[in-house]
Amino acid sequence: MPQMGSASTIALPQAGRATPSTNPVLRLTCHAVPPRILQTSAEPAALLPDRFQAWFAARGWSPRAHQLALLEKAREDRSALLIAPTGAGKTLAGFLPTLVELSAQSVERDAGAKKNLVSTGRGVQRAGGLHTLYISPLKALAVDIARNLERPIAEMALPIKVETRTGDTPVSRRQRQRRYPPDVLLTTPEQLALLLSSDDAPFLFSSLKRIVLDELHALVTSKRGDLLSLGLARLWRLAPQMRAIGLSATVAEPDQLARFLVPQPDGKEAGADIVVAGGAAPPVVEMLDTRERLPWAGHSARHALPEIYELIKANRTTLVFVNTRSQAEMLFQNLWSMNDDGLAIALHHGSLDVAQRRKVEDAMSAGRLRGVVCTSSLDLGVDWGDVDLVVNIGAPKGSSRLMQRIGRANHRLDEASRAVLVPANRFEVLECRVAIDAIAENAQDTPPLRTGALDVLAQHVLGCACGEPFVSDDLYREVRTAAPYADLSRQDFDDVVDFVASGGYALKTYERFARIKQDKEGRWRVANPKVRQSYRMNVGTIVEDDMLKVRLVRSRGGGQGKAGGSTGVIARGGRLLGEIEEAFIEGLSPGDTFVFSGEVVRYEALVEDQVYVSRAHDKDPKVPSYMGGKFPLSTYLAERVRRLLDDGRAWGGLPEQVRDWLSLQKDVSRVPAVRELLVESFPRANKHYLVCYPFEGRLAHQTLGMLLTRRLERARARPLGFVANEYAVAIWALGDLSFMIRDGRIDLDALFDPDMLGDDLEAWLAESALMKRTFRNCAIISGLIARRHTGEEKSRRQVLFSTDLVYDVLRKHQADHVLLRAARADAATGLLDLRRLGDMLARIHGRITHRELDRVSPLAVPVMLEIGRESVYGEAADELLAEAADELVKEAMS
Amino acid sequence: MAGPSPRRSGFGRAGGTSPAMTENAALSIASTRTVDVSGVSFLADLSGALFWEEQRLLVVSDLHLEKGSSFAMRGVLLPPYDTFATLGRLAAVIARHDPRIVVALGDSFHDRTAHERLSPDDRNAVAALQGGRDWIWISGNHDPMLPRDLGGTVADEVTIGPITFRHEPTGTSGEIAGHLHPKARVSARGRSMERRCFASDGLRAVMPAFGAYAGGLSIRDAAFARIFPRNGFVAHLLGDRRVHAIAASRCY
Repeated sequence: MPQMGSASTIALPQAGRATPSTNPVLRLTCHAVPPRILQTSAEPAALLPDRFQAWFAARGWSPRAHQLALLEKAREDRSALLIAPTGAGKTLAGFLPTLVELSAQSVERDAGAKKNLVSTGRGVQRAGGLHTLYISPLKALAVDIARNLERPIAEMALPIKVETRTGDTPVSRRQRQRRYPPDVLLTTPEQLALLLSSDDAPFLFSSLKRIVLDELHALVTSKRGDLLSLGLARLWRLAPQMRAIGLSATVAEPDQLARFLVPQPDGKEAGADIVVAGGAAPPVVEMLDTRERLPWAGHSARHALPEIYELIKANRTTLVFVNTRSQAEMLFQNLWSMNDDGLAIALHHGSLDVAQRRKVEDAMSAGRLRGVVCTSSLDLGVDWGDVDLVVNIGAPKGSSRLMQRIGRANHRLDEASRAVLVPANRFEVLECRVAIDAIAENAQDTPPLRTGALDVLAQHVLGCACGEPFVSDDLYREVRTAAPYADLSRQDFDDVVDFVASGGYALKTYERFARIKQDKEGRWRVANPKVRQSYRMNVGTIVEDDMLKVRLVRSRGGGQGKAGGSTGVIARGGRLLGEIEEAFIEGLSPGDTFVFSGEVVRYEALVEDQVYVSRAHDKDPKVPSYMGGKFPLSTYLAERVRRLLDDGRAWGGLPEQVRDWLSLQKDVSRVPAVRELLVESFPRANKHYLVCYPFEGRLAHQTLGMLLTRRLERARARPLGFVANEYAVAIWALGDLSFMIRDGRIDLDALFDPDMLGDDLEAWLAESALMKRTFRNCAIISGLIARRHTGEEKSRRQVLFSTDLVYDVLRKHQADHVLLRAARADAATGLLDLRRLGDMLARIHGRITHRELDRVSPLAVPVMLEIGRESVYGEAADELLAEAADELVKEAMS
Repeated sequence: MAGPSPRRSGFGRAGGTSPAMTENAALSIASTRTVDVSGVSFLADLSGALFWEEQRLLVVSDLHLEKGSSFAMRGVLLPPYDTFATLGRLAAVIARHDPRIVVALGDSFHDRTAHERLSPDDRNAVAALQGGRDWIWISGNHDPMLPRDLGGTVADEVTIGPITFRHEPTGTSGEIAGHLHPKARVSARGRSMERRCFASDGLRAVMPAFGAYAGGLSIRDAAFARIFPRNGFVAHLLGDRRVHAIAASRCY
């Protein structure tokens, strides 16, 4: 087994700088990155061959310390994790060891045996063979890196063959790559899984010397990371001589990330050596001190538009980050409406056509753009040298995330990145304030390393059976060398194998339909070639949202959308505007207006997979398509916001408007202390409101709102609905909540008791649309149902059964089935954020402070304003149906 | 993950049966309990069955028994509990109404060989349900060649008084059919809900699918426009505790 034992860790200054003997990193809870000891022993000359030194010199560069450090690690035959900011020459650092080794090898190869065939015991192999595998989360990035590598290779005349392999690579080239592998292959986690599932994987990978994992911090946070870790485990077995290099942005727990890169010995932990590139100038981050009145709620930052425009105008190239696609659309539209100077401003987000995105990226690289409005679609990717300002609109959500975004504005490592944060409302001012403080302290809040998901394991097990047959004992041992699966129990593993074979059902009726079967030696292999084909078609862990095509048609009349129930059948056809998430459309009623593709449109009808909309002449859409973005406020920033609120002296650093707002809250109600939960109740317009402020992010708050509503209904408080944002939950009811709390009919301690995560949660999960979506993703990833059939991708509408119905049946008849376990594990951290909710309930237990008010409090205003703007949640079927029926009656009686 | 357990917190009484106020409002609406077809008033059962009280006739449609194993044969290993679940629901609705006649309105089996895959237990369960009553299997496009050994009578269609039961709707007056698996979605204030439903305009009706794995087709699909000529039909949506009648034009 390669390299176990403890990791040695070094940190490096940037080349050509005085060595900072003390790294002024503050320790802040467990999140601050601990300072590293510096050791630079080797001289560049000893590590870099002449050819390379000459090349560096010719370009006026000198190799950076961390680049040399990785060469040294390679020479010592160690795996290494490089932690470096954007613009530090990370990618070159990752490839230097390979280039140096291959340049030496190539001399030998040139000397004689060019195409030696070597027996490997398993087959025949060309001398040399695949040397380095590079894995990137983005296929576009792999293609760009290949292009960038060509340059040093050509300029140094290195006889090294670099190729990419992505979903776009033609079949003929893929076949050739397997027979005659290049020296360096650049690919994605999905393609690696495919390569590993082929019979000739041992042939292809037995020569492998190195694997380079780019943007590792981003890869490991998702199921793609789980899949990659399993692929790595397989590679370590096929190529024990392989060493890994991980390239990562700064993370909260580098030691955990380092574990990902080396096989985990049974019952112990091992990690790659850590190299930290130092010397990046700290970023200069400011909050926009707006001249305008700060909005109470909303996410548009419309108040600051002229100021954002001025920033773009005053800088050469500005990246404007927003949190959601629709915000990007809206902002882009607004910026153009005031673009009197004709500045080249572009739009970039994930729902745009790929060709469109590449066009924007190319224009950006060529320096033709002054500004790009973008979403997390640009969080990763190639570096653009010329970005001199990052503007982040709205909530930063997390400190590490924000730092990575800001890093996109790094033209040179020794120059500070500049960023301006634009809060869109008052709460976001608090969040921006603490994010700036966190960045100054270099405090990181990346999530902890994942526990490997069982649905991903199921996919991997099927992939293994597609290649060489496997024995359960061996595969179990192998899987546990992957860090995310180091604690996998034998029971879980066996259940997964059983699931892959015949569905894993207690009722054993599918043995004859098994997808993998055991031979006499107990080795599992695929039952028929169709299974292999289906695996190939469905590999990967990214489950796209169901998208619907949006077409513009003429309105059917229907006036102001009030009499939305028109009767005519909609005219088919119409101009295609783009695609939209099915989940969003499902929440709309005909007649609702929303922004799409830069204009306000009215929803007319949904027919099969086509959404028909007409042009609306409203200025403001009725339904904001703000879905909050993918990520909730990080636990770490939330904690800091609570501390900021609790510390009146720290309010001095806030804009005056915000200070006044908080002071007023203090006078009329209370500003919540760090560990307590403030609950306010008050009447308003014949309804009674209960507002609480957990600061745990939108996802956990939605779940909380759902569960509280159920409980209040049981207490006969007659709740009508609730709304949740990142900071608070507001529930409204017909019952007099203040009175019920006063006379003890509502006991707040009991209302917020952690036992809501017991039966109430179970009852809700039975019908929760979010849970059903989670289950569906697991069913697809695990291979229970195919997302693709041979040839074409079928939309869910064409699939002849509904995963929701499968969920209902399975839940009722085999509640402990492995797929339901996988879905529950997802729910803990995913769409329902149960773990965070549980932590919060435990934290506030016995620390609830109630304020009975006669009107809405200043702190409650933002969330109250979102009623009617945000979707109102609630999944109780009969209430909703009855309401719709009720409307009909009113219409009939009028 | 089982149903509600007896353990309760000090907070209120669980059980989820307390009707919310909005439902009380809905209770005032007349005639949501019945679906009328050509002068015959059928009781709409929440399970998706119709009961004709005078005849003591219960009709269910599109059971799609053994759909799970049908997919399993093709390598999609859906949970094998659908037949058991469907028959369990059928047993419950039969126990509620104790019908003299049961009409299974076609596509009772998911494919032509599905009845051969019935487990002995499920086969016995079917036989037990047939005991003491007439049972009519209407043929559907999924099960056009039903064998005789399933018990009951096999027929292409059945007419009783003004009502004709057949699998595929033709749009004629007095027809009760299945085949289309109607479902409807309603939404209000950003929330939306999709349910199976009966579709009826008072002269004819299309039944929802009864089978545990039987999906649905939106009543806004053109197929329904062809059956209900004036498009003025009502969707009777199956809620958790009651059936809600909503004009089809308000659904999507």
